[in-house]
Amino acid sequence: MSISIADAPVTARREPGAPARVDTFFYDNAIVRLFAMATAGWGIVAFLVGLIVALKLVFPNLLPGIPFLSYGRLRPLHTNAAIFAFAGNAIFVGVYYSLQRLCKARMFSDRLSAIHFWGWQLVIVLAALTLPLGITTSKEYAELEWPIDLLITGVWVAFGANLVGTVLRRRERHMYVSIWFYLATFLTVALLHVVNSLELPVSLLKSYSMYAGVQDALVQWWYGHNAVAFFLTTPFLGMMYYFIPKASNRPVFSYRLSIVHFWSLIFIYIWAGPHHLLYTALPDWAQSLGTVFSVMLIAPSWGGMVNGLLTLRGAWDRVREDPVLKFMVVGVTAYGMSTFEGPMMSFKNVNALVHYTDYIIAHVHLGALAWNGGLTFAMLYYVFPRIYGTKLYSTALANAHFWLATLGILFYAIPMYVGGVTQSLMWQEFTADGLLRYPNFLETVVRLAPMYALRAAGGALFIAGALIAAYNLYRTARQGTLIGDEAAQAPPLSPAPSTAHSTWHRTLESRPVQFAVLTVVTVVVGGVVEFVPTALVASNVPTISSVRPYTPLEIEGRDLYIREGCVGCHSQMVRPLRAETERYGDYSKAGEFVFDHPFLWGSKRTGPDLHRVGGKYPDSWHFVHMKEPAATSPGSIMPGYPWLYTSRLDTSHAEGKIITLRRLGVPYPEGYETQAAADLHAQAARVADGLKKSGLDAAADSEIVALIAYLQRLGTDIKTPVAAQTTGGR
Amino acid sequence: MSVIVLLIVAGGMVAAGFLAAFAWAVQSGQFDDTCTPAVRVLLEERPHTTQEGIADVDLDS
Repeated sequence: MSISIADAPVTARREPGAPARVDTFFYDNAIVRLFAMATAGWGIVAFLVGLIVALKLVFPNLLPGIPFLSYGRLRPLHTNAAIFAFAGNAIFVGVYYSLQRLCKARMFSDRLSAIHFWGWQLVIVLAALTLPLGITTSKEYAELEWPIDLLITGVWVAFGANLVGTVLRRRERHMYVSIWFYLATFLTVALLHVVNSLELPVSLLKSYSMYAGVQDALVQWWYGHNAVAFFLTTPFLGMMYYFIPKASNRPVFSYRLSIVHFWSLIFIYIWAGPHHLLYTALPDWAQSLGTVFSVMLIAPSWGGMVNGLLTLRGAWDRVREDPVLKFMVVGVTAYGMSTFEGPMMSFKNVNALVHYTDYIIAHVHLGALAWNGGLTFAMLYYVFPRIYGTKLYSTALANAHFWLATLGILFYAIPMYVGGVTQSLMWQEFTADGLLRYPNFLETVVRLAPMYALRAAGGALFIAGALIAAYNLYRTARQGTLIGDEAAQAPPLSPAPSTAHSTWHRTLESRPVQFAVLTVVTVVVGGVVEFVPTALVASNVPTISSVRPYTPLEIEGRDLYIREGCVGCHSQMVRPLRAETERYGDYSKAGEFVFDHPFLWGSKRTGPDLHRVGGKYPDSWHFVHMKEPAATSPGSIMPGYPWLYTSRLDTSHAEGKIITLRRLGVPYPEGYETQAAADLHAQAARVADGLKKSGLDAAADSEIVALIAYLQRLGTDIKTPVAAQTTGGR
Repeated sequence: MSVIVLLIVAGGMVAAGFLAAFAWAVQSGQFDDTCTPAVRVLLEERPHTTQEGIADVDLDS
């Protein structure tokens, strides 16, 4: 299929005055190639960072003492790279390749395509720079700080304009189901990103979430779940509906089902978020609502899976030979398994067992590696030969990749499923006397060591496959020639409606109803933006009178907790289950979090919950523990944080933080910011003095002192009598 | 929990948008034919190219 511009058919060229029967136009393959290379490149980076963090759980002293490479900072880098760099670029490969062909039109604007591509890569590079530096909001999959959030918004709008523009210029009246999936992706992700990223900056690189505590948690998981729904699911379903029929040369099993699938999925998906917060301090009715919608989701999800797999009816002989179809079959099957697990884990009793454990890690990697990864690699194997006008360099290598990837996923997921359930059962086991069988959390961690090792091996297999894929795709590109502009022909949809005078706004003016609707929407959005922050601040009034705002030193400690990514391994949410109240203390109440901008409930317990850690150990224990965890907890897989002892605490924003938090509704008295620095130093001196009395050499201006002050404050507000002062605070 | 208002408004706006899109799609006949679009997707390859495995479309399946 070596068609280049030179030998493109010219018969359809318009003669002046003659009616045009067929348009000749060119698909932009150059932009597809760019996104495809980015997908493969960033994919390998994401997988490698994943392998490093996996190995760090097996060898906690791997790369020790380097703050930029510590577990807590690399974990968000891994998740962001996998979701936004690997899967994100893959989405754009799929959209830019299939949309042009489905619409029989070139992308709307080459300039927008370029802005989209380079802007997205810039976001990724900025993420790769800021996250290891500890510049993070700590909200999962939304860790990037506010300037990058703004950049993402702009780039996403460029993508959307390009997408919608292409759809409007299509030469095919019917919008194939994939296009609907792409449009839903654009619209919903835009909204999710904006709502969840509302934050008030303290400085260029630091901001506090507009929401606090329970509210922040609800918004975060409304976003978090829908990121899975509209970033890792709908665009990939759109790609499934295009690439499976194309690769198997079969029409989709039931086109009617695909339409039902789309509309039912998008209407149900957006309400399922609270299933991430079962048994937390979120109001019970909201939890139940999340469960109901999550369970309903199984119907559209499985409808889609069945539709994808049955498309291959009568073509299974080809699945045996074609690596593209193999990856798709594994991918769609994994989609079916993940979307079965999802509703099951949304039942409260199942959730009580698997939440906070490695079971969730297995679940998400089944989705990410097999579903997103499988579809992505299938698509790359399909697209590369076509845009380079050649055949795949080696089917044997692609088959080797397929088996390495599939085995890698199994070696990854099965140990994590087993480990997750094992650990959770150990957490919950009581002796006949009603005492915890494993009162020491560490015992349940040590038991997982072999599982973590197997998981790392599985991940390594997957990476080996990805490297083979990269080589195979590189050789494919080398043996062909890029068809940057691929000629195509189609009759125009209708006579060109627009004249030189007609602008989009003039068109709008001739449609009063639509114009009115748009105006109302704009006004409503403006009103919401104005009203909501005020309403939120008003509702942050503490409902527990003993709960007080953090002291300036505790704020600094909390920001260090955020910087080091402690939330990646430690939850701050004791669920109202006997095994948890026995182990950690009183269960967490919503009213305890009203000053938490952002919330730090966490979603994984690689280490124990910390919500009631305040006062549990002396300051000296924390001081020794954080430097070398194995010193106080033999066998611990927590890394040491030696840099907290040598770095001086940056107090330059102490005043600004008070002002910002007050603006968000935290009741610091007017004018307190002038006193904040003095209070901070006084409390730090007290903590350091206490440590010196224990014979520990602690500098009052070191970061560890602030972190200890924060940890000792955690969960103590409802323990202390109302009148009592908190540790050296106001 | 007043933030639920924001989420309901935001989610409702998306849902209303999708509902309008659905109404448009149905009324403009997008879903009148649920058979040929699935096949047409396979045919949109340039007609004059004869790439292996692409040109022979199995219409009776």
